[in-house]
Amino acid sequence: MSIYEIIGGILILIGAVFLFLGGLGIYRMPDVYNRLQAGTKATTLGAMSLILGVGVVKMEDSWTWIVKMAIIIIFIAFSNPISSHALARAMYHRKRYPYIKGDAKDMDAYREVAGKDDPSDTSPDEGENI
Amino acid sequence: MTYIFYITIVLLSLGMIFSIIRFIKGPTAGDRTLALDTMTTLMVAGLVLLSAVFNRFIYVDVALIYGVLGFIGVIVIARYLEGAL
Repeated sequence: MSIYEIIGGILILIGAVFLFLGGLGIYRMPDVYNRLQAGTKATTLGAMSLILGVGVVKMEDSWTWIVKMAIIIIFIAFSNPISSHALARAMYHRKRYPYIKGDAKDMDAYREVAGKDDPSDTSPDEGENI
Repeated sequence: MTYIFYITIVLLSLGMIFSIIRFIKGPTAGDRTLALDTMTTLMVAGLVLLSAVFNRFIYVDVALIYGVLGFIGVIVIARYLEGAL
């Protein structure tokens, strides 16, 4: 194994672990905002690390791989936070309340900040979270 | 190097399975859109990995176009859910 394959393999494994954690967070988290956090940040780092690792592995063949991988990395670094922001903004305007464990006093405080309460727009989501 | 590819494919498949579960049972439309976004990013990474496995350079272009189309779709769905479209 050459030094390119060792460094690229480590980067690919780090990226695969972070992509798996992103998918697990999508399944595991209780709220749409928590799912946005898990599914976007972990996935961004995982995809960037995996693509850079593939570019480093293929770099001993030719230099055209790492250039194309850099284009994809720059595109992911731009597009993933923008889509996450658009989704969070849409959910905020649809009055989705964040998951608060326990007492409803903090929920009332959030409702005062977020605006008026429209129960017809909300659907029950895993227990007390609406 | 082959074992690294096998481990990576298994981990990507597990993440994809969890995203598909959330896509099916997600209570709101935002959850489903978020699962679609995550599946797009996972698929881009998987296509780049497959281009290294099969040594085909054309898969990288396919991954780039797939990422662009998924990004545009998520933006459009988010604007529609917001009510601005």
